[in-house]
Amino acid sequence: MSTTLQDPRTIETPNYLNAEYGWKSWLFTKDHKRIAVLYLISITIMFALGGVFAGLIRLELLTPEGDMVNSDTYNKFFTMHGVVMVFFFLIPSIPATLGNFFVPMMIGAKDLAFPRINLLSWYIYIAGALFALGAIVMGGVDTGWTFYTPFSSTYSNTFVITAATGVFIAGFSSILTGLNFIVTVHKMRAPGMTWGRLPLFVWANYATSLIQVLGTPVVAITLALVALERGFHIGIFDPAIGGDPILFQHMFWFYSHPAVYIMILPGMGVISELVTCFSRKGIFGYPFVAGSSIGIAIIGFLVWGHHMFVTGMSMYASLYFSLLSFLVAVPSAIKVFNWTATMFRGSISFDTPMLYAFGFIGLFTIGGLTGLFLSTLGVDVHVTDTYFVVAHFHYVMVGGMVLAYMGGLHFWWPKITGRMYPEGWAKFSALLVFAGFNLTFFPQFISGYLGQPRRYHAYAPEFQVYNVLSTAGATVLGLGYVIPFIYFMWSMRYGPLAGNNPWKAKGLEWETTSPPPTFNFEKTPIVTEEAYAYASEKETHVG
Amino acid sequence: MQIPFFPEAASSTAADVDHLYYYLTAVTVVMTGLIFATVFIFAIKYRRRSDDEIPAPIHGSLKLELTWSILPFLVMLSFFWWGAQIYFANAAAPANAMDLYAVGKQWMWKIQYPEGQREINELHVPVGRPVKVTLASEDVIHSFFVPAFRVKQDVVPGRYNTMWFTATKPGRYHLFCAEYCGTEHSGMVGWVNVLSEPDYENWLAGGGSEGTMVQQGERLFGQLGCSTCHLLDQQGRCPIMRGVYGSRVQLSDGKTVMADDAYIRESILNPNAKIVAGFHQDVMPSFQGQVSEEGLLQLIVYIKSLAITNAPGAAQPGAAAPAGKRAQPIGGKQ
Repeated sequence: MSTTLQDPRTIETPNYLNAEYGWKSWLFTKDHKRIAVLYLISITIMFALGGVFAGLIRLELLTPEGDMVNSDTYNKFFTMHGVVMVFFFLIPSIPATLGNFFVPMMIGAKDLAFPRINLLSWYIYIAGALFALGAIVMGGVDTGWTFYTPFSSTYSNTFVITAATGVFIAGFSSILTGLNFIVTVHKMRAPGMTWGRLPLFVWANYATSLIQVLGTPVVAITLALVALERGFHIGIFDPAIGGDPILFQHMFWFYSHPAVYIMILPGMGVISELVTCFSRKGIFGYPFVAGSSIGIAIIGFLVWGHHMFVTGMSMYASLYFSLLSFLVAVPSAIKVFNWTATMFRGSISFDTPMLYAFGFIGLFTIGGLTGLFLSTLGVDVHVTDTYFVVAHFHYVMVGGMVLAYMGGLHFWWPKITGRMYPEGWAKFSALLVFAGFNLTFFPQFISGYLGQPRRYHAYAPEFQVYNVLSTAGATVLGLGYVIPFIYFMWSMRYGPLAGNNPWKAKGLEWETTSPPPTFNFEKTPIVTEEAYAYASEKETHVG
Repeated sequence: MQIPFFPEAASSTAADVDHLYYYLTAVTVVMTGLIFATVFIFAIKYRRRSDDEIPAPIHGSLKLELTWSILPFLVMLSFFWWGAQIYFANAAAPANAMDLYAVGKQWMWKIQYPEGQREINELHVPVGRPVKVTLASEDVIHSFFVPAFRVKQDVVPGRYNTMWFTATKPGRYHLFCAEYCGTEHSGMVGWVNVLSEPDYENWLAGGGSEGTMVQQGERLFGQLGCSTCHLLDQQGRCPIMRGVYGSRVQLSDGKTVMADDAYIRESILNPNAKIVAGFHQDVMPSFQGQVSEEGLLQLIVYIKSLAITNAPGAAQPGAAAPAGKRAQPIGGKQ
């Protein structure tokens, strides 16, 4: 660990942070980097809130009896945890922060194609978040983040319409960000930045944007229909007034399964950047890693029915959804194999971002493979709606996505702020996150196969030991999140100056100053080589 | 305290599911181990030794890409095939299965036996005999889950789902609601009691004061006034129920429909949905909201019995497993 962490020098190069001062300069900014920072602050608040709900859930589940809060309150805890984490943290997380900041820089552009729309998307996100927070403050929602009908449309006595409105609104923010990225990647690439030279993080965000633009309207329509049924008794999903509750599930998962890839694809993009940089080597199989993002985006739209194998859906439909779910696993496997192969004969360093990448590869592998259990019809019948599913998707969403986000944040933090974080503390908390995460969620695979159903306020006593382990793990995991929060804050003022390219990484974002100037580059860069050309003679440093 | 690691296996399908689960787990452990080990070995072996070293580039290998795309997919196809076999085997109950009816309601399970017994949050079934459960919901979606049997089926309002199992070991096993259904979701639990054949016969002899489900259905059929038209009518206003269940019914729009549980249910609640050829719309009032889910099941069981006792020729072979066929011929006389 470095002995002289404190570096009181101020950063004097003109950059996006010192270009203007005052709250107006932030709230009316059109700079994609400032908007990324606004998003970063907002989603951090939402992540903390979702984390508090997670902590409350784990605390209640320490004992089999429902003894800390009553059932209604517990049901609100897991609903709000899911709604906040999925719609207000995971979906915007990487695209809206790291993507917003770095997609334009990585392709050598001054900004996104539509800076005003970019700012608008943040305001829309805030409006959606306010509705969700409003629903919490007024008394909460208890439908589960999946809003299954007819419970949500007819039976729940909570603030379903308010929360659904929040999700509905936030969806437009997601659509606009996606639209902005698609146009930017098509139209704003610097000279020489061909599609075959795009950094994989850009490919991943591009694939994500396609899903956002094509999928999000469907969930918006679905939730609008729930609100219509709830508010005006128009029979759509409730069989008592002529509807079909299974229709809701088809519509909901048509979006929400692809949404899983909205959450994980950008994380995969980050990992491609980390593995190459900290192996100092080009990616193994570039066309396969890039193409697999597009493959996932397309096939991901065809597998939603695997959430519905026990609903009484036609068994031939189940057969189809099962088969295609295995097919969508192939591009994910391709990525894992290629990342591993990239390390072969590399020059591997153990900086914090790489530790997160190691963690991601391991945990995402487990998350992906346990997904195969759920695609397997005969086994899914037993484990669906148990803690096995909870463990599986947390391995993908937290073990995968959140680790990638943390890795990316550490990787690009020097570029975003111009300063380094304390490496020793960062390594320590990366290990805490890894250990705490496994302790929290691995036991849930076992209690799930034993048959512990999810969303249970009180549970059978034989499951307790696994729940105690989970709660203990969650405590460690929570600590692993708090420490980075503190040192990131600290580093903004006291961290040592990072320089333009502390990792000696390739990529246009490292060729400009840290933090970058308002228009990113002094003059438009000209790209002459493929991505991750670590072995090339060209000096990456500018100045 | 005993720490369970693996659930009890107490049904004919449990071992199959477990074997497939072992297979999946083995593949997962091997693959995860392989990835972990490779990453670990590479990380150590190729660790950075000096800050300015630049390794030689490697662009990729089509052969490797094809290998690690196709081989895993072939392994996955074996999961698919095996899993589909179990799923299909569990889809349709054997013809000799005994019937049981479960109604999910916030937040309890109401169980009815053709012999007339009713229970809440408790089931009693004999060991070694296939049991088919017809599931109905009075409100929201529930899910009927018995971990020891490795079976689960959503209980969806507005339709009947069925599931079946053959218990293989006497004992008392958890019944859980597995689909979140509101406040007391985690209290919507019960027990499946698997009894030896003599114990089961004893248990069956112990209750059911309201008569068999057929008798209960017959009473309801009279109380609701169904019998005046559907049994005794001389004017031809509506189809007579004798021999209908399990037959193919010709509809006025030229289609035909199988007269099964779902069709009878729909015809009671929404009579205009499917009009039998030769009859008219709006003759029969809707009974939506006037019959409970349990009552509907009783009516269906009764109508089913009419097909067997009164018009054997019309009944689909094997389609109906009426109460009368059960081990207890005197049914609900107790």
